[in-house]
Amino acid sequence: MNERRLRILVAKPGLDGHDRGAKIVARAFRDAGFEVIYTGLRQTPEQIVNTAIQEDVDAVSLSILSGAHNTLFPRVIDLLRQKGAEDMPVFGGGIIPDDDIPGLKQAGVDEIFTPGASTEDIIAWVKQNVHPRA
Amino acid sequence: MSLAQRILQGEIRAAARLMRDVDDGIASATRELKELYPHTGKAYIIGVTGPPGAGKSTLTDKLIETYRSQGKTVAVVAVDPTSPFSGGAILGDRIRMNRHATDEGVFIRSLGTRGHLGGLSNSANDIIHIFDAMGWDVILVETVGVGQDEVEIVRTAHTSVVVMVPGLGDEIQAIKAGILEIGDVFTVNKADRPDADRTARELETMIAMVMRPESDWTPPVVKSVAQKVEGVADLVARIDDHHRYLVNSGKMHQHEKFYSAQRFADLLKERLFAEVHQCLSDNGRLSETVDAIARRELDPYTAVETILDDALQCAMRKNRLT
Repeated sequence: MNERRLRILVAKPGLDGHDRGAKIVARAFRDAGFEVIYTGLRQTPEQIVNTAIQEDVDAVSLSILSGAHNTLFPRVIDLLRQKGAEDMPVFGGGIIPDDDIPGLKQAGVDEIFTPGASTEDIIAWVKQNVHPRA
Repeated sequence: MSLAQRILQGEIRAAARLMRDVDDGIASATRELKELYPHTGKAYIIGVTGPPGAGKSTLTDKLIETYRSQGKTVAVVAVDPTSPFSGGAILGDRIRMNRHATDEGVFIRSLGTRGHLGGLSNSANDIIHIFDAMGWDVILVETVGVGQDEVEIVRTAHTSVVVMVPGLGDEIQAIKAGILEIGDVFTVNKADRPDADRTARELETMIAMVMRPESDWTPPVVKSVAQKVEGVADLVARIDDHHRYLVNSGKMHQHEKFYSAQRFADLLKERLFAEVHQCLSDNGRLSETVDAIARRELDPYTAVETILDDALQCAMRKNRLT
C-alpha cells in the first residue's frame, strides 16, 4: 500500500510483425517488478498515445524493426505533446542505425537500445531515468 | 479544480490519474472518490469471467463493438495477474481490444491483481465507480482467468457472463461449487471445436440442477465463436434479457443493496484492521503479543480478545485527534 508501482507501456508501432524482442523486454520488466502494458503488434501512433494516457503509464517504450523509426518516434512524441502528456519519457529499441540515434534524441527520444543491449542494461536505465509521475 | 471535478467534466487524463492513485493506495484518492460517489449508479456493469484461454478478451472486444454500434459508450476494466515473485505484471488484455484505442467512446484500463484474490484487483470497485461517475453507459469487467473460487465479480456486476470452452473436463467439473453458480449468462466459446454441443448440453443440465431460491431466472447457455463474431449478437440479447429481468423483478434494487452492504463491510474491515494494527505496532504491543504467542505463553484467541478493547480505544482516540 501507499507505494507507486512503475507502469510502462511496451508498444509495437508500424508494420513489422515480429515482437519477440518486445516480449522479452516485457518479461524482463515484469521480473523487475514493473507493471507492463503490452499493446500487441501493428499499432498506430494514435493508438499508442491514447493507450499511454488511459493507462497512466510512467514511460512509453517502442520496439521498431521496420526501419520506420525516424517517422514513428517523432510522431508518438508529437502526439503526446498535443495531448499534454509531454512529461512521459519515451525510449525504445530495435534495428536502428547508430547514425540515426542523435537525430532521434534531438526529436525527444530519451534513450535508444540497439541489438546487443542486455535486459539488465535496459532495466538499469529505466530505474535511473523513469520515475512514477507524482 | 479537484481531480474529481475534472473527471466529472470528462477529462480522460484526470480519470486515468485517479485510477492510478486508487491502485497505488494514495490517501488523497479517498477524498476524490467521496466527491464522485453521488454521481455513480447509472452505468450497466457486465462481468466477463471464465478459465484462462477461454476467450474472455476476444469476447470483450466483440462486446465493445456491439455496444458501440448501438451508440453506447463503453469502459473496460481488464484484470491480469500480478507475479507473486516480483510484484510485476504483464497486462496483455489490450492486445485483443486495442483497435478501439482511438475510439473516443471507449476507455480501457488494465489492472494487475497485486496480490488480491477473488479474480479482481483491490482497486477494481473504485475504478468502476470512477467510470460510472464519468457517465460511461456500459462497463465491461474482465476478470483474471478463474478456476473455481474466484467469484468476486458476482458482487460487482449486474450481469455476470461466464465464458466456458469445449472439452475442459467431464461433467464433474460442473458439479463443483464456484463459477457455475455465479453465471447469469453462460457462453460456450470456441464453439467450432468438437464437443461444443455436448459441453453446452452438460452445462444446461447442471444449471437446471442448481437450486435457485426465490429466483425465476434460468441462466441461458449460448454458443459463440468470438473470433469469427459468431453468437455474439445472441449473447448480447441474453445479457439484455437479464438486464430487463433485473429491472422488472425488482432485483436491480436488491443487487444495489447487496453490493453496498458488501462494499461497506469491506471498507470497514480494511480500515479497522489498518487502524488497530497501526496502534498496536506504535505502542509496542504487537511484537510483545506475537512473541508471547510464539512462546506458547499466550494463545492467539485470548490475545485477540484482550487486545481488541484497548486497540479500538486507541484507534478512536487517534481519529479524534487527527
